[in-house]
Amino acid sequence: MPDPALLSRIQFAFTISYHIIFPTITIGLSLYLALMEGLWLKTGRQVYLQQARFWQKPFAITFGMGVVSGVVLSYEFGTNFSRFSEIVGPVLSPLLTYEVLTAFFLEAGFLGIMLFGWKKVSPKVHFIATCVVCVGTMISAFWILAANSWLHTPAGYEIVDGVFHPTDWWAVIFNPSFPYRLTHMLLASFLSASLLFAGVNAIYLLRKQHTEFAKSGFSIAMWAILVLAPLQILAGDMHGLNVHEHQPVKVAAMEAVWETEQGAGFRLFALPNQKEAKNDFEIVIPKAASLILTHDINGEIAGLDQVAPENRPPVAVVFFSFRIMLALGGLMLLLGVLGVWARSKGRLFDNRLLLNLSRLMIPAGVIATLAGWYVVEVGRQPWLVQGLVRTVDVTSPLPASQVLSTLILFVAVYSLLFGVYLYFMRKLIRQGPADVSGAAQDEELPTTLNPAH
Amino acid sequence: MDIALIYLLLIAIGVLMYVLLDGFSLGVGILSPWLNKAEDRAIAMKSLSHLWDSNQTWLVFGGVVLFAGFPKAYATVLSQLYLPIILMLIALIFRGVAFEFYFKSHTSRGWWDFSFSFGSTLATLSQGIVLGSLVQGFTLTPHASEQIAWFTPFSLMTAIALVCGYALLGSCWLVRKTSGRLQVSARRLGIISLFAVMFFLALVSVWMLLAQPQVFQRWLTWPTGLLLAPVPLLSAYAGLRLWQTLRSGEGNDLKPLGLAMALFGLSFIGLAAGMFPYIIPGQLTIWEAIAPERSTTFTLVGIVLFLPVIIAYNIYNYRVFSGKTTTQDGY
Repeated sequence: MPDPALLSRIQFAFTISYHIIFPTITIGLSLYLALMEGLWLKTGRQVYLQQARFWQKPFAITFGMGVVSGVVLSYEFGTNFSRFSEIVGPVLSPLLTYEVLTAFFLEAGFLGIMLFGWKKVSPKVHFIATCVVCVGTMISAFWILAANSWLHTPAGYEIVDGVFHPTDWWAVIFNPSFPYRLTHMLLASFLSASLLFAGVNAIYLLRKQHTEFAKSGFSIAMWAILVLAPLQILAGDMHGLNVHEHQPVKVAAMEAVWETEQGAGFRLFALPNQKEAKNDFEIVIPKAASLILTHDINGEIAGLDQVAPENRPPVAVVFFSFRIMLALGGLMLLLGVLGVWARSKGRLFDNRLLLNLSRLMIPAGVIATLAGWYVVEVGRQPWLVQGLVRTVDVTSPLPASQVLSTLILFVAVYSLLFGVYLYFMRKLIRQGPADVSGAAQDEELPTTLNPAH
Repeated sequence: MDIALIYLLLIAIGVLMYVLLDGFSLGVGILSPWLNKAEDRAIAMKSLSHLWDSNQTWLVFGGVVLFAGFPKAYATVLSQLYLPIILMLIALIFRGVAFEFYFKSHTSRGWWDFSFSFGSTLATLSQGIVLGSLVQGFTLTPHASEQIAWFTPFSLMTAIALVCGYALLGSCWLVRKTSGRLQVSARRLGIISLFAVMFFLALVSVWMLLAQPQVFQRWLTWPTGLLLAPVPLLSAYAGLRLWQTLRSGEGNDLKPLGLAMALFGLSFIGLAAGMFPYIIPGQLTIWEAIAPERSTTFTLVGIVLFLPVIIAYNIYNYRVFSGKTTTQDGY
């Protein structure tokens, strides 16, 4: 029977990876919903209403998946990491309570009106409900990122008899890595939603379906990607500097630097060998890592040798995840540039290369976000609270058989559901937007919602 | 006032809100297989689609307030009752996604019907087992052992009792939200559940009086016994009135739901009275488990500030969707 602590960690990693997919999409997508509804109210143009109505359904199922997989997490701290809950709970649990109070209830309370209230409330009230849901998703990100960042850069606490006691709530919440990580995550979410938005509209343009509808959406999303991709690279760079300052071992793993170097090169590719503490093979761009991380061509990058082997994270996971994220970020930048170039040529809506690339990049934002989370979370190991609490020491004393059976259950149920989710997303996308002009209008839209009346 | 008592009260409020609100949502799922027509099942599910998420959030609220107020109890209860808790969470997934997929499907509605009722029933059974284990108390197993302390005749009984209880709440909700044929079935199902609930209430009461000296002493000796005497009397009265309103088929449609909730509230007080002041029966009192003061005061500020607002917009949500649910209601 495998080690129950390892099983608990696998289960938590699996369930949280699964969960993060959905909020990543909904945080950004709710902003698009609010934007489209707002544009419709302002301009009265039907395409915007069509966009809002169309995207609401993919939003609803994505949000639902996020809710059901999220409830699991709020209990898993206690079920699988009971020792952690006991000693770190006094600092982290209030943040989670605030998340429930200021975000979960808010989203849930107004989601019903947003999804089902089109005929029940006035357009203005409906728009407010949409905005409230959107703000709710961001408040939720605020608290959960505060709690998570604290694990990386703990502050504002004291340890009394092995238990963490808060001393300064401001310092706990606005811990040193929090602003960078929140910005990076929110931008990741906006980018992920923009890529989904652009990609789906690109599919319609490629198929020459719903052309007017698709043009309005594609154009907006391409502007968004053009702005967001470089912003995200900038935010990522600043986050990197922050990590370099607070978690040098993580940076060493990201770059697969085993021995401290001045003017360290950037390893384009490497095969990290954890046992022998070296790379079996590497392709290096000289000096580049120092330049990126210290903004100085001869800057010092502390290697993994600064800590004992048992205090190093699994380097290969961190190293490759980091490269996947960087590569996808680069592609997003390229997509944005290609978009503005095609626009300048007046070919935004019929450049097949651009449209196909947009279609292919629908999941790029989510994959990059997952990869990024693996960099930060695996990069923190073996610590759960950086430098203070080891993950293996704080799991629940559960029998391995029980954890193994729930893990199998989670994998089976989640896989099944993910298939169902993709099936329905595809179905909704194939269905396309409802026609809001002419006869169908009465069915889809009550007259009270039509500003022309 | 004592901060541990305040937190106990807050958790009690959270759990009661959850039991009352998600109780009727889950209850509708439990009853769904007993509704004959597919159209009725669709209306029953639709009557919940705008609020199941809000109602379920009280479960998360109860969880995090327990975590914030009594971290040690949160850690102990959840890890000791590992399997029923995880089963409940997985069951709630089946229940939750059914709402999203049912109304977007054409060929697979039967599956989502099943997912809804299966998820609701399994979640309720798991909650009943957790409830039973907590009321009865369980021996803590400090090290990993294969022993399953929560699977007892008593917890099995509370599991079935809770299924009947939620079914009662669910049928009263359907009386409120539907009309015609569906409402007639809801009343009938309500009466059946009510008889089962009254039977189990009596059974649990006697069982606990006989099995737990603390309960016996509290209920049957002076002066606490006198103080608690109204609880069973009022329960019996609420049960009788509920039976009358369900049977007559007349009067305010909201009345059965109100009476059923009152019955739940009274049972809840009855159980809590026997447990106090333990957060884990026989093991850990609220004063031993309370979190450091800086944590509890900070969280309390948020709760006092936001809870009234939350209740206000939840009431608004109910008002927007007040009235009977029909098939015409647009998605």
